[in-house]
Amino acid sequence: MPASLLYGVEVLINGLMAGVLYALVALGFVLIYKASGIFNYAQGVMALFAAMTLSGIMEGDIPFSHLINAMFGTQLHSFGWNVPAIAAILLTVVVMALLAWLVQRLVFRHLVGQEPIILFMATIGLAYFLEGIGDLMWGSEIRTLDLALPQGASLAIENATAVLGGDDFYGFFIDKLDVVATMVAAILVAALIAFSQYTKYGRAMRAVADDHQAALSVGISLNFIWVLVWTLAGIVALVAGIMWGAKSGVQFSLSLIALKALPVLMLGGFTSIPGAIVGGLIIGMGEQLFEYTIGGPFLGGATENWFAYMLALVVLIFRPQGLFGERIIERV
Amino acid sequence: MLYREAGDFKTSYSLDNQTFPLKLDRIVFYLTLAVAFLVVPLVINDYWASAILVPFLIYAIAAIGLNILTGYCGQVSLGTGGFMAVGAYACYKLMTAFPDVSILLHIVGAGFVTMVVCTVFGLPSLRIKGFYLAVATLAAQFFLVWLFNKVPWFYNNNASGQISAPERTVFGVPLTGPNTEAWAMYLVCLTFCVASAFIARNLTRGSLGRRWMAIRDMDIAAEIIGVNPLTAKLSAFALSGFFVGISGALFFSVYLGAAEVGESFGIDKSFLVLFMIIIGGLGSIFGCFAGAAFLVVLPVVLKFIGVDILGWAPDLVAHLRLVIVGGLIMFFLIKEPHGLAQLWRVMKEKLRLWPFPH
Amino acid sequence: MKLHTLLTGAVMASLVAAPAAADLVLPDLSYRTGPYAAGGIPFSDGYQDYFSLLNARDGGIGGEPVRIVECETGYNTEKGVECYESTKGEGALVYQPLSTGITYQLIPKAEADGIPIHTMGYGRTAVKNGEVFNWAFNFPANYWDAASVIVNYLKDENDGDLNGKNIALVYHNSAYGKEPIPTLESLAESEGFTLDLLAVDHPGQEQTSQWLQIRRSRPDYVLMWGWGVMNQVAIQEAANIRYPMENFIGNWWAGAEHDVTPAGAGANGYKSLNMTKVASDFPVLDDIKTMVHDEGNAAGDGSNVGSVLYIRGMYAAMLAAESIAKAQEIHGESDITPAMMRDGMEALEITEARMAELGMSGIGPEFSVSCENHGGPGMGVMQQWDASSGTWTSLTGFMDSDTSVTDPLVVAASKAYADENGVTAACL
Repeated sequence: MPASLLYGVEVLINGLMAGVLYALVALGFVLIYKASGIFNYAQGVMALFAAMTLSGIMEGDIPFSHLINAMFGTQLHSFGWNVPAIAAILLTVVVMALLAWLVQRLVFRHLVGQEPIILFMATIGLAYFLEGIGDLMWGSEIRTLDLALPQGASLAIENATAVLGGDDFYGFFIDKLDVVATMVAAILVAALIAFSQYTKYGRAMRAVADDHQAALSVGISLNFIWVLVWTLAGIVALVAGIMWGAKSGVQFSLSLIALKALPVLMLGGFTSIPGAIVGGLIIGMGEQLFEYTIGGPFLGGATENWFAYMLALVVLIFRPQGLFGERIIERV
Repeated sequence: MLYREAGDFKTSYSLDNQTFPLKLDRIVFYLTLAVAFLVVPLVINDYWASAILVPFLIYAIAAIGLNILTGYCGQVSLGTGGFMAVGAYACYKLMTAFPDVSILLHIVGAGFVTMVVCTVFGLPSLRIKGFYLAVATLAAQFFLVWLFNKVPWFYNNNASGQISAPERTVFGVPLTGPNTEAWAMYLVCLTFCVASAFIARNLTRGSLGRRWMAIRDMDIAAEIIGVNPLTAKLSAFALSGFFVGISGALFFSVYLGAAEVGESFGIDKSFLVLFMIIIGGLGSIFGCFAGAAFLVVLPVVLKFIGVDILGWAPDLVAHLRLVIVGGLIMFFLIKEPHGLAQLWRVMKEKLRLWPFPH
Repeated sequence: MKLHTLLTGAVMASLVAAPAAADLVLPDLSYRTGPYAAGGIPFSDGYQDYFSLLNARDGGIGGEPVRIVECETGYNTEKGVECYESTKGEGALVYQPLSTGITYQLIPKAEADGIPIHTMGYGRTAVKNGEVFNWAFNFPANYWDAASVIVNYLKDENDGDLNGKNIALVYHNSAYGKEPIPTLESLAESEGFTLDLLAVDHPGQEQTSQWLQIRRSRPDYVLMWGWGVMNQVAIQEAANIRYPMENFIGNWWAGAEHDVTPAGAGANGYKSLNMTKVASDFPVLDDIKTMVHDEGNAAGDGSNVGSVLYIRGMYAAMLAAESIAKAQEIHGESDITPAMMRDGMEALEITEARMAELGMSGIGPEFSVSCENHGGPGMGVMQQWDASSGTWTSLTGFMDSDTSVTDPLVVAASKAYADENGVTAACL
């Protein structure tokens, strides 16, 4: 096979893996949108916040130390201990659950029945709020997450595939982190599906997503379910934060990954979990292939950002509710 | 008591239909205008112009533009930053290509260019609705930013990729460039802002505005009673683009003087303007001003309180500012989802009865 | 009502914000928040700590105490304008805008207001031509010098011959990232190497396709003009594809500790250019620790002393302080004005003896500023990251740039600016 074709395949595989990472972010959006009709713009900031909290807990930093020092003139920085990764992850999940409860209790409970755009706006307010709180709690410097995730090219795959092409083909490049991310995403989706199919609360969650009124009348507590989905979204955000944070360190830009998830949502539909996965794969693959074949050679590169949106836009022209979204039925 | 309509009689339909039906309102409005045009330019200094008033006026124009689209016609757009960039680059190209034509015409011209671009990107709205459309307008945002960065023609092939506004004068008074006086900067923005508000207000209460609102409230029903969604939606995109383009042109040429597309017209600009109209009030011209004032003035005030009065570290204040702005946004949405404009209406209603509410 | 009270507050703001003071006012437009906070914090700490040291040790400069006015920009152009307007009334002597966008805006404004601007290794490169830009300075070096210094370094590595070599440039897709392209293109022609350009869009979280392409084309060297999250991701991706790190060279905004630490051991051997030498044993750093930090006057949390950007901030402060001293000497007045400051900057002369006296021997090159040359000598140091000890070490002394390549570009760019804005070139 000619090298350029093999490299095309390589780009395709890497695009698919990148798509998994997009899908991880998109998943959090879908969970909340399905259950409560809230388009949660704060999902990206939640990923940042979760990753910061995880790193802060692991390193034993004192939350709000900067603020406390400024107010009382103390010199606090660290508790001086290191928390093992597993315990820190569990603690972070507790923090995210607490956050979910607070958000529901203080904000969205008062906004039930408002128009979608108002709810959307409230989540942007939440995004600002969390960004500020995260910085106040843990400082705004880059933090590293030391979870000992494997990273770098997988030599085994590289060597095994190098024979496919000629001298100018070096084997497929596959990042071990991407493989881990793919597995984690698969486990996460399987767990979410099992949860929503086979547990009482999972079924209640689906009932709420189907019809608020009907769910209420059979005795399901909407409040509880909403806290539950926000917690689940928080956990998904934590996973996304860990995966993205392993690449770049935990820093402000992590919150911008929400923008990578939006075209995925458009494409897959706001209400479908499989849609988020398939959408993520299509977007990841599409933008990498476009950059490889057209964007890079002819348009001067860096086309990924807008191409994802254009691709989604074209799909929407033909299917206005996305590939997997619920059909929009309009009545007068 | 403060607010009285007793003795305010209308003898014709046109009187009944005026923007400010109450005499007191009219007086306050004309007084405000008089102060804005006659008094403020005399006392304004550089700090007030650059830090508060000019950005406020420019954002108000952008908010008017977006409010036509989102508040009146119901089409959520997140492409405002990109469309402002179109205005800015159109203005730059016109300024440098025709240096002898008045800058004021260039700014209006930039508005028309943006109008065309915005209409093109509005075409998908005929198929796509709601949040799907909002995300689709992001395609415009990212594509336009990429385009202005990539194609050297837009920034006249200069080495840096930045555009900077050369000095242009009107009646011998510089309006752009470093030697612009604070009052000139302020007055030109004020003029454009008042004109935009005037046009927008009169459009939205005419037949076009009614068609937009019919589409917003329920587009299928509107179609059935004979509103053409094609012309209604596209006209909203076009007019919205016109105002947003003007604000982008002013933002670049009068206010900043130099701009780089990714930094000045990024996605956060789109969100900021959307914020303004939601905080201010969807479907209200007053709301555009209230929202713009709120989001321009609040950070400055918070910074002033934190850094200058309390003497805290600037970074701490910057973090707290995010927390407070975010918190206030949520608080306002909970207390009054229809924005500051609604708050103002409620207050007027109360003042009308005060002090005898029963 | 709410609005009304807010406006009243703002009125008070403008009234209080303009007291005339008889000390040397130096604004610090810092960015300790937002996407680039990690770069802004150490620079600002170094900048402020040095002046705090001067106040504590020498009672200021020439007997005048220095007053730092910090203003948070968050790297945002509009906040930068607000900061400029709110601080200029206090008698600000010189601005360090610290962002390309803010710099471009402030250059004409500051010229109109008569306040000097110092953009050290960033901003508008054409500023080097002091006849066109009377009030702006960019010594000791600019981006075009940086590109040329790197190519000179590579030439030395390859026994003076780059013929047939392939160099890739990974750049931030913005005005900043595109700066070195004209220089590199003209050098590619004269030196005979080929140049591949790979743009990375803001913010740069996703660079898979760029690094896959590097892996395919295997360039001999990869240069990087990056900033923010792009640096960390690029270094991680380079480590992932096992690109030889010693052939991966960043510019001076892509070579700080926080750029390399997230990649861990994979970043070992990464090189970057710097405009100062880095060493944690400058005597001045001890003075800062004892006289500033131990007194509880540190600008930040005190953890950044000796880091690359801290030293750069301190160097910037040193250059400003020396310019103030020069201005005081020229005009025989200790309480100088911004106009006098400009004269001081234009007559600035930095010698090794003076740097040794200040406790930072060899931190920068020896140079002097003149009206024709506001850009200094255009020299740089190549440094390399050692991941095991977590330190940068300087590999070379201060290397020259090829002025025969950069000077014509500066002349052309400043002439274009002068034509577009109707400036007549002349010394003040």
